[in-house]
Parts: sequence; structure tokens; C-alpha cells
Amino acid sequence: MTATGPGPLAPPRATARTRGSRLGDPVAGVWLAVLSVTVLGWIVVAARGGDFLTTTNVVTILQNSVALGLVAVGQSAVILTGSLDLSVAYLISLGTLVAAETMASGGVVTAVIAVLALSAAVGLANGLVVTGLKVNAFIATLGTAFILRGWIEDNYTGPAGKVPASFQHLGYDRVGPVPVSVFLLAAVAGAVWFITRRTRLGHHMYATGGDEHAARLSGVRTRRTVVVAHVICSLCVGAAALFLAARLGAGAPWAGTEARYDLESIAAVVLGGTALAGGRGGVTGTLGGVLVLAVLDSVFNQLAVDPFFKNVLRGVVIIAAVAVYARPRRAAKGRPTA
Amino acid sequence: MTTATVTRHGKHVLRALGTGAPVFVLLAVVLAALALTDPGFYEPDSFLSFVKRAAPLVILAAGQYLVIVCGEFDLSVGAVVTAGVVVAAELYGSFPDAPWPLVTALLLVAGGVIGGVNGLITTALRVPSFITTLGMMLILEGAVFFWTGGSPQGALPAAFRQLGRGSAFGWLPWAVIVCLVAGAAAMLLMRSDFGRTLVATGDSERTAALAGVRVARARIIAFVLSGVAAATAAVLVGGFSGVSAQAGRGYEFEAITAVVLGGVVLGGGRGSIVAAMAGAFSLQALFTLLNLQGVSGALESTVQGCIVIAAVGLGAADWSRLRRRRTNPSEGQPL
Repeated sequence: MTATGPGPLAPPRATARTRGSRLGDPVAGVWLAVLSVTVLGWIVVAARGGDFLTTTNVVTILQNSVALGLVAVGQSAVILTGSLDLSVAYLISLGTLVAAETMASGGVVTAVIAVLALSAAVGLANGLVVTGLKVNAFIATLGTAFILRGWIEDNYTGPAGKVPASFQHLGYDRVGPVPVSVFLLAAVAGAVWFITRRTRLGHHMYATGGDEHAARLSGVRTRRTVVVAHVICSLCVGAAALFLAARLGAGAPWAGTEARYDLESIAAVVLGGTALAGGRGGVTGTLGGVLVLAVLDSVFNQLAVDPFFKNVLRGVVIIAAVAVYARPRRAAKGRPTA
Repeated sequence: MTTATVTRHGKHVLRALGTGAPVFVLLAVVLAALALTDPGFYEPDSFLSFVKRAAPLVILAAGQYLVIVCGEFDLSVGAVVTAGVVVAAELYGSFPDAPWPLVTALLLVAGGVIGGVNGLITTALRVPSFITTLGMMLILEGAVFFWTGGSPQGALPAAFRQLGRGSAFGWLPWAVIVCLVAGAAAMLLMRSDFGRTLVATGDSERTAALAGVRVARARIIAFVLSGVAAATAAVLVGGFSGVSAQAGRGYEFEAITAVVLGGVVLGGGRGSIVAAMAGAFSLQALFTLLNLQGVSGALESTVQGCIVIAAVGLGAADWSRLRRRRTNPSEGQPL
């Protein structure tokens, strides 16, 4: 099905560069995929007598993509710079717990500040370990994940704290038909989009991810860029934790891990056409990737697919989608070595 | 052949020690700490049972090393272990009289096939292996749960479990023998032409391809071997701790951690398989030590995270100094 090139060699670097510097290609593919998945889902569900594109259903799809969307937007910031964050799942869990406990004893504002401060600290730690100690991001953030997990398991055995009704508005209220949380996602995604595409920092992020050595030689402070990217990612994760706390009404040790936000967010980012090696892609594609997963989920739910079998289908779809349209070049994986 | 091999072997060991130096230091420190904490640890019995418990992780690390050194990841090994255990139990549920060598062989073949699929998708369809094997993990876990409805039925007969928990001659656990055989085979493999090819592929795919290496084939074989290693680990785990839908959970990250602890560079091309397996031993020794020290099960992972970061950080610190002196980031240590 896929017309593979003649040999195992990657196309010459130059073509990839020019293609990568234009945003268009992969993003269009992703949104095309969103469209086709929606249409396909609509046809399949309609064929079985259901109605797919109802307002409620669309709203549910949007609502369900908020948490993963927030995490994935943050994740794309780190992946763009050539790094990775595997600690997001446990950070979400800890974030919901901290939020709910602080809200139970103090004010909502204190809680929001506390969660964001915690996230920023974790992101800073990740970034410093990756850049300062030169630990591979995979291992560094996995280590952070273990540390957070130990902390959570040592201090919490079950749901803790309570989120006041005033804050649960974030999870349940709507403006017209649109949930408030979707605006949160839009705001965060917009901010990250602006940072990555319109500011100097953003250009440095692309440069660092594309070729760290070249970026450094051109005067980019690559270390600082990577650290900031990790902080941005963790702040997005903090926002996701706040949203989930509002949704759950309490903090839960399994809030982030049960849905596997660490691996799912990376899958969404790659689905969105961002190269795992960094330097290519962006937030717009990531949102598309998240929507593809959310629409699929909704279709499976409407068809009452067994939840376990759903995972099988998801695995197949993720691989197939990346094989068909994301088409990453293999050589880029070796970082500057390749 | 003999003298030449011996000298080369000596050099090889030295080099292996050189590339993975931090891990051997770590292993020595942890083993010494174990000796201090539990004087009985080096009694043959308890030491052999430690090796027995370490065996699955060591074998997984060896398989993972092959994949990592050629520049890829295999995140599906944990799911392969789970699937292997559950499938074996279900097989015995339907055919209670199946001879254990047949079931074991079937599992190994199945593991190899899964690895082959991973390799084909990664090389032919050019999906990054992170995504391929992540998808494979979702597929296998989903399939296992779907098939068994969340709680696997059936039990493994004693004959099958012998490999994981029994002993030969009454004192030498089979798992230790399997581990030694797998380790020796892996070392021989890495010293063969294929091993060199694999490292060259990971170091620079393009150079390797221009030098006539069939890059895709080398990678597929690496994935197949990783799948077989995971299936072997499944047989051991199933024998040791019985049937569970959680049997292999977390093993993929533990294996990758072990390999990286051994000084192997993610992205490929550097590091030795001996160090990778030593990394697995260190990790297992670390778990044992934390248990003996009475660190609560929960905080165990915190300590583990800190030590992993510190150990890899130490290893990386030397790297960067070497690298800077050469002023070329793509240049590595001689293997």
C-alpha cells in the first residue's frame, strides 16, 4: 500500500529542510484525517441507525479531548525542542491531589497558584536534569515519573481533598453549547502556538530541535531553550490537572496514570505530524491528532465496542495513521549524528 | 583461534568495562551494600535465588539492547510478557495435556513473530519504532484483556513452571541456566559480523547502508530477537509468579532503564551488551537492597528514580567532557 522508496536511505536533508520550514504539509494531512474520520464515523453510525453529528455528541467529543489536548500541547513544545516528557501522567495525578487538598483548606486562587508552581518546579527540574546533567530526556523524565509516583503512593491511598462547587464550573459549565473547558484548551493552545511560531523563543525551539549543534553555533542558548520548553510543558500539564480536579471533584492518585497521558500524549503529538526527533511540526497538528483520537473514541462508544477491544483498534489506528500520513523520515532520529 | 580469541576477549572485556564503567561501579557498590545489610546474601542458595529473580530482566535487557543499539526502541516487551503468560495459561486451559516444550516453543515463535511485525512496520512503513511498539503494546494488552475479560483463567501446570521456579540437580535454578545461555548467546551474537553490523547501523544508518549493510534486515532481526527474548522472559515470569494480567507491566521501562544504566546511548551505535546486562543486575540488586533496607514499597520508586537519574547523569558527565574535547558532537567513543 505504501510505495516505499527504493532504498533504506532517507531523502537528502535539503528537501526535508525546505519542506519542514513550511508549515503546511503534515498539518493539512492531520486535519484531513480528522475530517475523514468524522465522515467515516458518521456514515458507520448512521448505517446502524444512530446519529453521530448531534450537538451533544460533538460537545462531548470536544469535552473529552480537553485533558489530553492540554497535555499534548505541552508535550509538543518539548518534543519540538528534541526532548520528551514521560513524567506528565504522575504530574497530573499529583496536581489534582494538590489542587483538591489546597482547595479544601484554603482558597481556589491559592490552589491554582500552588499547582502551577508545583508544575513549573517539576518542569524546571526536568529541564535542568536534561540539559545540566546531560541525561537523556527519556530516562530523566522517566526518573522524575518514578520520583513523583513514590511520593504519591507514599502519601495518598485514594481520592483526597475536595473541590468546591465554584471551581467545578470549569469542568461542567457551558457558554451556549460550548463547554468552558474548551475555552481553556483554546487559550492554552493559542498561547503555546503564539510562543512557538511568533516569538524568538519559539524560533529558538525549532532551531534547537532541528539541529542542536548548529543552533548552538549560531548563538542560540540551547540549554535555556530546552529548560523553558520543559517548564511550558509542565505548566500545560498543571492546567490539565486543574481541569481534571474540577471534573472529578477531588484529587485522585490515578487521575493521570489510568488514561496513560504520558504515552497517549506522545502518540497524539506524533499523529499530529510532529517529528519525535524535534524541529518539525507544531501545536496545530497536535490538536488535530488529539481530535482524531477523540472522534475515534466517540465512534467506538456509539458502536458499543468492547473497551478492551477499543485499545486494540486504537493501537492499529495510531500505527496506520502515522504510516500513512505522518511519514517521518527515519534518519532524523539519530539526532545530529545522522 | 584460541590465543587470538583470548587476547581479543581480554581487550573486549576491558573495553566493555570502559564504556560502561559507571554501571560496574554501581553494581559493585550495591552488591557490597547488600553484603553489609544481609550477611547471608552470598550464601549460594540466596545468591542463586537473587540471580533467578533477576533473570527475566537480564534477558529483556539483552533483547532491548539489540534494538536500542541499532537506533530503535521496543516498548512492547512488557505487553509481550503479559500476553505470553496469559496465552500459555489459556492454551493449557484448552489442552491440559500439552507438553511443555511445545508450549514454550510456541511462545518463543509467537514472540519472534510479534517482533518481526514491529520490525517490518518500523522499517518498511517508516513508522518511528516508538510509535510502532507503543501501538503494539496497546494492541497486545487490549487483546489479552478482551480475550480473557480482564481476569485470565486457567493455571500453568507444574511441568511448565519448572523452568521459572525449579532447579536442576536440586540446587541450580533453571532460570539461572537460561539466563547464562541467553547472555552467552547475546555476547557471541554481538561479536559476530551481525553484531558489528547492528552497531554500525545504529551509529550511522547512512554510512552503514553505503557500506553495503542491509539496514532494514538488520533492524528487523534485532526486533525479532527482542521479541524472542521477551517471550523467554514470559516463560520465566509465568513459572516464577504464575498467571496474572499484570505479569509484564512496567517491564518495558525497566528494561530500557537497565540498558541505559549500562551506558548504552539511546539513539544507537554505542555501548556494550555486557554493560546492559550488568545494568539489569544492578537494577534488580537495587530493588532487593531497598526491600532489605525496609524502604516502604511506595518510596521505593522515588529512590529508584533518583538513583537512575544520578547514575545516568554520572555516565553522561564523562561523555560530554570527551565530546567537547573532540569538538564534534557526532563523534563517539570507539566501541
